[in-house]
Amino acid sequence: MDYLNAFWVGGVICALVQILLDKTKLLPGRVMVLLVCSGVVLSAAGIYQPLTEYAGAGASVPLLGFGNILWTGMKKAIDQDGLLGLFTGGFTACAAGVSAALIFSYLASLIFRPKMKE
Amino acid sequence: MNPGNVLGSSSISFSRPVYIESAASVVGKKEGEGPLKKKFDKICRDPMFGMETWEEAESSLQKETASLAIQKAGLKIQDIRMVFAGDLLAQTIASSFGIADLGLPYYGLYGACSTMGEALSLGSMAVAAGYGEHILCATSSHFATAEKEFRYPLSYGNQRPLSATWTVTGSGACVIGPRPPEEKRLSSIQSKDGFAVITGITTGRIVDFGLRDSLNMGGCMAPAACDTICRNLRDFCRTVSDYDLIITGDLGEVGQKILLDLLSREGFDAAAVHQDCGLLIYDNKAQDTHSGGSGCGCSAAVLAAHILPQVASGNWKRVLFVPTGAMLSKVSYNEGASVPGIAHGIVIEHADFPCRKSNGCTDI
Amino acid sequence: MTSEEYQKNPKEYEQYVKSVTPSHSLAANMAKAFLTGGLICTAGQWILNTARELGTDAETAGSWCSLILIFLSVLLTGLNIYPKIGKFGGAGGLVPITGFANSVASSAIEFRSEGQIFGIGCKIFTIAGPVILYGILSSWGIGIIYYLFQFLEVTV
Repeated sequence: MDYLNAFWVGGVICALVQILLDKTKLLPGRVMVLLVCSGVVLSAAGIYQPLTEYAGAGASVPLLGFGNILWTGMKKAIDQDGLLGLFTGGFTACAAGVSAALIFSYLASLIFRPKMKE
Repeated sequence: MNPGNVLGSSSISFSRPVYIESAASVVGKKEGEGPLKKKFDKICRDPMFGMETWEEAESSLQKETASLAIQKAGLKIQDIRMVFAGDLLAQTIASSFGIADLGLPYYGLYGACSTMGEALSLGSMAVAAGYGEHILCATSSHFATAEKEFRYPLSYGNQRPLSATWTVTGSGACVIGPRPPEEKRLSSIQSKDGFAVITGITTGRIVDFGLRDSLNMGGCMAPAACDTICRNLRDFCRTVSDYDLIITGDLGEVGQKILLDLLSREGFDAAAVHQDCGLLIYDNKAQDTHSGGSGCGCSAAVLAAHILPQVASGNWKRVLFVPTGAMLSKVSYNEGASVPGIAHGIVIEHADFPCRKSNGCTDI
Repeated sequence: MTSEEYQKNPKEYEQYVKSVTPSHSLAANMAKAFLTGGLICTAGQWILNTARELGTDAETAGSWCSLILIFLSVLLTGLNIYPKIGKFGGAGGLVPITGFANSVASSAIEFRSEGQIFGIGCKIFTIAGPVILYGILSSWGIGIIYYLFQFLEVTV
């Protein structure tokens, strides 16, 4: 059951974003920013956490989930450290994802060469 | 003798034809699988052209094409008086690093994808004025360098809209001069039936209809092509039927539709004689190139491989070659500027061998 | 309209260009995005479930899920497979965390030729940098509001 929920919720989010890509002049970079910021707002409004509980990876894998992680981390940090938490929460929360992307990508750049598109 | 007459608002009619002594084309793998595959001089399957970076690859491609054109004209490198060359990269590095190796006097040009028209215009003006016996005009483009320069890294997984064009990996080069090639060098000319000569040019204007979509270049450039074609016809007092072919650079399917539409509203019906290099070089359906080919290598390679041989053999008597360019940079685009277009018109005619009949050139 | 009239009315010309420009079928694109995005999320779910079975808590499982998906995406980018997924799936390849990783890896691979510092170093975040900046900025902004509310509640 959790696989089915992950599949259809994740799929629906992507299909909706496809409308945005096709019907507006929004380029991929802007869409990614929009998603993360929306994720933060939805999470702060308390809407996203229930969705994550229902859909699991279907809600956490899309970039909206990245926003959700950012806000959850930020809230926790503020609760713990107050004002200082405002400046540590975000990066602490996304540390694993960003570090992984940076480190793996750097290693990839050592191994792989750019290739032509077919 | 006056080298040429200034006509109308922006055209020149040369008193003596400028001979195209030789033409060479080198393209990449995808172009070599397209409808014109049998016509190119060389097809290189290695997109790196034996080099380490994409930029070096394009330089190497352009240098090879230029050398081949010189060789086909039966000349040595030092016979070339000057070079007009360009490409799509910032500060036209593909040309300066490619042509620099030849050690020739060099003018680097930028006219986006219209650069072959710019090079041939300036080159034939220099020839007509008597400033050189042999002048080389060359341009190139490379899919990978253009993607990197204007769009995304190659391994980025984006979707291209149907209006987008595919940058041609290829290069075209011509050697032009005031006299037809000597008889002993005739073997290198593509036809025994005659020559292709440049008899006139129409200089393009930057035309801006305010379109901002960098993934719909056809729509951005079609107004410029329309403007140049209309001015050419008016300046030379010609009608569309005076040309066997009007061939634009890289308007693609979308741009062609718009151009024919705009022309018909100006009172010219060009549907029967219009072709587009970008539509000839790929099979859009089979090769998934969407609207067609683009890039300054597109019009240059198609000119050298397809148009000039047909004109030289006499299949086409008079052709208007109109390479089109979209004038944008990453900066202008990010700053919200529109994407204006430009198109240069080159009148290419068939001249019989030996050339004694037309164009008043009897003094060989 | 003639060219001259269009030139004076860029809006009209834009409308006209739009009317003659073909576009992908939206329904087909949405279906492909649904399928691609759905499958990537299902793969994520499998990682989550496996991590939970191995005894980790929910948060750690989520981190492992991101980590492994990012690794796979970078690998597929290097092998030139992810561009094909992105081309087929559109938003389905862009929206999941794998799309973010693809943008970082493709920049790193492409710009290596321009050197360690000015190539990879400066350009690795060309596409993905804005995501980090605005993600951090928006959570910080809302964080301030949240902080002020808490502060007020405590004092009141």
